[in-house]
Amino acid sequence: MAADTASTPAEAAGPVPAGPAAGRPRARSWTGYLRYGAGKLGGAVVSLLAVLVTGFFLFRLIPGDPVRTLTGGRQVSAEQLDEYRREFGLDLPLWEQFTDYCGKALTGDLGTSYQFHAPVIDKITEALPNTLLLTGTAFVLYTALGMYLGTRSAWRHGRLGDRLHTGLALTLYSVPSFWLGLLLIIVFSVGLGPVPGLFPTGGMESGGEEGFGYVLDVAHHLVLPVITLVAVEYGQTLLVTRSALLDEMGSDYLTTARAKGLRDDLVRRRHAVPNALLPTVTLVFVNLGRTVAGVILVETVFSWPGLGGLFYQALSVPDLPLVQGLFLFFAAAVIVMNTLADLLYPLLDPRVGR
Amino acid sequence: MSTEAARRGPRALARQRRRRSAARFWQQYRTHRAGLLGLAALVLFALVALTAPLTVGSGVSDVTDAPGRPLEAPSGRFPLGTDRFGRDLLGLVVWGSRVSLLVGLLAAVLSVAIGAVVGISAGHFRGAYGTVLMRITDWFLVMPTLVLAIALATVMSRSLGTVVLAIGVTSWPTTARLVRAQTLAVESRPYIERARALGGGHWHVMTRHVLPNVMPLVLAQTTLMVSSSILAEATLAFLGLGDPTVVSWGGLLQDAREAGAVSAGDWWYLVPPGIAIALVALAFTLCGRAVESVLNPRLGVTR
Repeated sequence: MAADTASTPAEAAGPVPAGPAAGRPRARSWTGYLRYGAGKLGGAVVSLLAVLVTGFFLFRLIPGDPVRTLTGGRQVSAEQLDEYRREFGLDLPLWEQFTDYCGKALTGDLGTSYQFHAPVIDKITEALPNTLLLTGTAFVLYTALGMYLGTRSAWRHGRLGDRLHTGLALTLYSVPSFWLGLLLIIVFSVGLGPVPGLFPTGGMESGGEEGFGYVLDVAHHLVLPVITLVAVEYGQTLLVTRSALLDEMGSDYLTTARAKGLRDDLVRRRHAVPNALLPTVTLVFVNLGRTVAGVILVETVFSWPGLGGLFYQALSVPDLPLVQGLFLFFAAAVIVMNTLADLLYPLLDPRVGR
Repeated sequence: MSTEAARRGPRALARQRRRRSAARFWQQYRTHRAGLLGLAALVLFALVALTAPLTVGSGVSDVTDAPGRPLEAPSGRFPLGTDRFGRDLLGLVVWGSRVSLLVGLLAAVLSVAIGAVVGISAGHFRGAYGTVLMRITDWFLVMPTLVLAIALATVMSRSLGTVVLAIGVTSWPTTARLVRAQTLAVESRPYIERARALGGGHWHVMTRHVLPNVMPLVLAQTTLMVSSSILAEATLAFLGLGDPTVVSWGGLLQDAREAGAVSAGDWWYLVPPGIAIALVALAFTLCGRAVESVLNPRLGVTR
């Protein structure tokens, strides 16, 4: 597995251009990358195990009987409580519970939802594509927008445009995503004053559509949630890109590039931006955790049938197996994405992973 | 003056030096227009929150004895309208500022305290201890903080303490990383070696030399952290994980949603609490960025 993932990028970036640098040892050798990749993968495995352990203890050792929480304060007889204990394996010693839980989690068995009476993993796989659609669209848009505006802001830092963009980004960054979503629904779905209701108030489809009509319908439902997510998330990318590029602004190599007579635009695109890219991409991935939070809220507000909406349904009961399963899933997903990003960095920047 | 201080001993000298650097700090802070704006907004919010018992009184959150009819639009009597129980929304927003600010501040202090302790000790005791600590920090850094906080708040009882704890113990890693970097920089200076040579132990070095040097950074970080804590508090309250017995901005938004204000188009119910959250969060962010750029002019924050 390690060799598989590692070999492709290393080959792709393999040939180092001969030139002044040809005498030096090659910037990144195959084995060097392999060692770097193996280290990152090892770290990821440890992180995933830590998530597994946290998931177990978080929902068991915290004050309060899980069964009591499960029944949500309803009147239940002692026999029923015992029944629940047996059903969820809570009558076993803690150590046995733990090994049992780990074994099941590793085979994809995350328990049974208390609320839906269905396997947690089925609920997750059911909702996952919808979340991927929403998050993916928003992720691409806010990263692109943030990087583009951040670059422009840094290049003209201190000017009016820069001040406006940073100000707007900071403001939107301070706005609670769920509130923005609710406002957008009021203005553009319910309709306010002269504005008619243009978009659906929630959900993912109106039903009854097929083929191309279905695609259009989903896209129609997608507009407001995506706008909300992009609006609250792009500021972070903008600010990081801006400060990364500002760090490069005084560099000698930029003066050299200008002295060569390159157009300003080319200096920015070909020389400054690639060097500022790495800190930006790193932070974009580190901030995925924050994006997960945004997704949970936006899906809740727009009743989007994804993982975030499911999480909200689970925690309002509270349906502990489902909350736990989703906690494991979100954490694992973020760790996996970050590891993928780590493995890609040497492609973006040869200084990494030597 | 300085001879006078010297006569009074090293404590007085240190105090005098700190007073001077505080004055210098203010001199530079004053040039940041956005920072001043944020500070002014904060003073205003603090005044509103502190004087709330005099201006609106705790009776404003009383459900049984509400002055108006449910969901009244803004009028002369109720400038922001009434909520679903007929309570005055303006009063509720003013009253809610107390909980939102309090929880935001406490959670930020808790989070920054954990971060500072972890950061200083990881930077001071390098080797296995420091490495393990930073591994844990990195793990927390990547974790979806809100999911962790939600999970914590779900399994614990509904109270303000839970909310503070859930936000505090999940949001410290950024601070820990920053403080550790600063600790490493401070500890490489010669005067630390001098302190050690004179017999200063770990505790002495950490509290007397490292801590005062990381304090400005900790201050900046706290200011920034309050803003995200207030947002986190509002989020938890909106998801129904806050203390249901107190009025907070996030709780008001949850009430509004539950009362069907969205589909009824009652924008006046939703707008004020949200604006209040955004303004306070923005004000803290502006102050934090100004403090940061005074301390570290290389950051290139616009004035």
